[in-house]
Amino acid sequence: MAKILLEMKNITKTFPGVKALDNVNLQVEEGEIHALVGENGAGKSTLMNVLSGIYPYGTYEGDIIYNGQVCKFSNIKDSEKLGIVIIHQELALVPEMTIGENMYLGNECGHKYAIDWNKTYSEADKYLKMVGLQESSKIQVKTIGTGKQQLVEIAKALAKKAKLLILDEPTSSLNEEDSRALLDLMLSFKKQGMTMIIITHKLNEVSYVADKITVIRDGSTIETIDNHGTEPVSEERIIKGMVGREIVNRFPKRENVKIGDVRMEISNWTVHHPLYPERKVVDNVSMYVRQGEVVGIYGLMGAGRTELAMSIFGQSYGVNFSGELKLDGKHIKMRKSESDAIRHKIAYVTEDRKGNGLVLSQSIKVNTSLANLGAISNKTVIDGDKEYAVAEEYREKLKIKTPSVEQLVGNLSGGNQQKVLLAKWMFAEPDILLLDEPTRGIDVGAKYEIYCIINDLAAAGKCVVLISSELPEVLGMSDRIYIMNEARIVGEMKASEATQENIMATILRSGRGA
Amino acid sequence: MENKSFLATLKKNAMLIVMVLVYLFFLVLTKGGIFSPSSFTELINQNAYVYILGVGMLMCMLTGGNIDLSCGAFVCLLGAFGGVFMIVRGMGAGVSILLMLLIGVVYGVILGFLIAYVHIPPWIATLSGFLAFRGLGTSILSNNSKTGSLAPFPVAFQNIFYGRVFPTEKGVFNWACFIFGLLAAAAVVLVIFVTRKNRLAKGYEADSIRAACLKSGLGAAVIILVMTKLSLDGGIPTTLLWVAGIVLVYSFITGKTTIGRHFYVVGGNMEAARLSGVNTRRIMFLAYLNMAVLTAIATFTVIARSQSAYADVGKNFEMDAISACVVGGVSASGGAGTVLGMVIGATLIGIINLGMSLISLDANYQRVVKGFVLLAAVVFDILSKKKER
Repeated sequence: MAKILLEMKNITKTFPGVKALDNVNLQVEEGEIHALVGENGAGKSTLMNVLSGIYPYGTYEGDIIYNGQVCKFSNIKDSEKLGIVIIHQELALVPEMTIGENMYLGNECGHKYAIDWNKTYSEADKYLKMVGLQESSKIQVKTIGTGKQQLVEIAKALAKKAKLLILDEPTSSLNEEDSRALLDLMLSFKKQGMTMIIITHKLNEVSYVADKITVIRDGSTIETIDNHGTEPVSEERIIKGMVGREIVNRFPKRENVKIGDVRMEISNWTVHHPLYPERKVVDNVSMYVRQGEVVGIYGLMGAGRTELAMSIFGQSYGVNFSGELKLDGKHIKMRKSESDAIRHKIAYVTEDRKGNGLVLSQSIKVNTSLANLGAISNKTVIDGDKEYAVAEEYREKLKIKTPSVEQLVGNLSGGNQQKVLLAKWMFAEPDILLLDEPTRGIDVGAKYEIYCIINDLAAAGKCVVLISSELPEVLGMSDRIYIMNEARIVGEMKASEATQENIMATILRSGRGA
Repeated sequence: MENKSFLATLKKNAMLIVMVLVYLFFLVLTKGGIFSPSSFTELINQNAYVYILGVGMLMCMLTGGNIDLSCGAFVCLLGAFGGVFMIVRGMGAGVSILLMLLIGVVYGVILGFLIAYVHIPPWIATLSGFLAFRGLGTSILSNNSKTGSLAPFPVAFQNIFYGRVFPTEKGVFNWACFIFGLLAAAAVVLVIFVTRKNRLAKGYEADSIRAACLKSGLGAAVIILVMTKLSLDGGIPTTLLWVAGIVLVYSFITGKTTIGRHFYVVGGNMEAARLSGVNTRRIMFLAYLNMAVLTAIATFTVIARSQSAYADVGKNFEMDAISACVVGGVSASGGAGTVLGMVIGATLIGIINLGMSLISLDANYQRVVKGFVLLAAVVFDILSKKKER
């Protein structure tokens, strides 16, 4: 048996109110590629942040033993000194700077007060060759594609003299070809004795490169699977580990399910990225929603779900739209205007309530009336009493816990903020509600209440599109489920036919088929 | 409980209390000089432009801490145009006022378009006006006059912006002014009690009877005091009407209308406002169009008072307006602040200026004091907000 390079023992990390990691154990041998798999929010990234010192020693329990020594990192510099280098999912390159400048950012070579640019660029070129890039390190990062940028990230890690390289979803923004090239590069590094940890959702990649696979679920290590047998580990085997939790009755029963006619339909809907217009963020999507129906859209992060919803909502995201939108069978010519969408009775409840959902510095009252100010004003003069009454009405209806509707939204808990966000859009009286991750980051009790509200909305004849990256939620709430992956709809199922396994399998198959 | 709410009231009206204390301080220092009737007129006339530009600046700052650096230089340019229209060409006051307003609208449209639709950061877009307008104004002035200034403006123009309503001799009691004061005081009392009654009738939170009496009593007393003083000094200055009119209109817009609400939410969270159907670009556009129009009105009061257009007119006005907003509790990052707060801020600064010149403090020290007052106000504001959490 080879030498154990890294051992993480009984790691427990708590955030206020949540136990993100619960007694996690991980052993990585020298010279292997170790894959870390699990659902969104299972705790993979948290674990790696503990390892790299982003969460410093003392904020977690348990031990990190690297190269036979117990490590107490107080920041990321400490772990990098020992050769533990993490490459984050989001590329952390500065587009306006050159490749060389980026590679030595915060790690500049030369004298303390003067950067040695000749050395910087010649060293940088050397590492770029190692990752198979022919580009000069003197060109700006923004001039190369995302695939090459990912390679620059790896070259940057090598320049830090990495011994243990951690790659957090390195292929999530790459196409098939670039992904394969990257995986092959990892295999060649392995031959040179480098140890690597890869976090990924793409299980075909796992079975291709990994020597060992550790499955994390709900903040605990479930198992470590050896990938050295004669047969590669099957994806079904991994999926079972990932989702094999017991589903208790966390979802309220739907009553009065009366599904009517098709209210909204989109066909051949295509949207491009606002900054990289050649990239499709929604690719030829066709779907429909019927009256009183809850339609789930499941997909992993970055699958294009939010982009789809926002593009339907007054083209509030993306460029170069094509496709057709029909409401009640009638073709709608949409402009790039959110108020148009609201007039057509479409509502988009954002996934990021603090970022673009609520005005935190204003009161519950102001936030509740915001999307439909016309209804409480006479011409343009706001009727303060009416506004107050409306806010009170929704406070009671949605059980928003607050002493007064004059309370600033910023002072509320996450669950109550989410309810205010819902109140805002319910007051806008839409027919079609696009709910984007409506239960993100709120506790189980508040989740249940949100689910009840969703059921009430459907029972009242609204069309609800529920976007979520939590499989049980989609399964528990929807009448019908669309599965999205890599900007496309790759499957549609009735809720009665859907299981966690066959949804996951649909996604994985689609990824490989491309 | 009683104690706590008393403290809260103190905190809420801190700037008002500071203003009163500063006034009392100068009252002692000037041996009552600041209480003379002419001081009241002076306070209003000297600071009219601060109130007017402050309102415009408030609207800009609400949208996200955006400022207009060009308004002071634009006053100079507009003043030069006014001088050319009225003094060189001999055009009537009415036509000239309309033309100057039109120039203001044109500049506002261009500026608003650049900021809202071309997305040029406001401080850069207005910095170019700051640099260019004074140069342009000065060159217009020196092309039309050997001394570099144009004077005097026609009497009709001065009467509109720097005259008196029903003027009387100094020292003769002006009954029109006094009666107007009584009416205004009665209106304030009426509004406070009617609002309270309506709120109570609908079962909403309202002031206690004591608070309502205190509020209306103080408000009425201050109005009557000021108007009595003005009655002894020749009557209501027309600048007071302009300032009061603008302040009332914009208090209503910011407090009661949908468009006013939109200014606050755009400043509070631009993306959330956009995704709630607010036309965020239009709000940015309106903020700067409005600023330019108000700058034109401020120009009228300024050149009417100085009776001439000259190269230095409007110098540092943008800073005075920003200071008034900041001292008056307008958030430097946008989304919070009221017209009334700005008025208090402007008055506080005005009292300090007047008091310092009454005790003939060296002009350089006056600047030092103003600088520290601004800093103190912001520090005070941030600290008092911190403690709330």
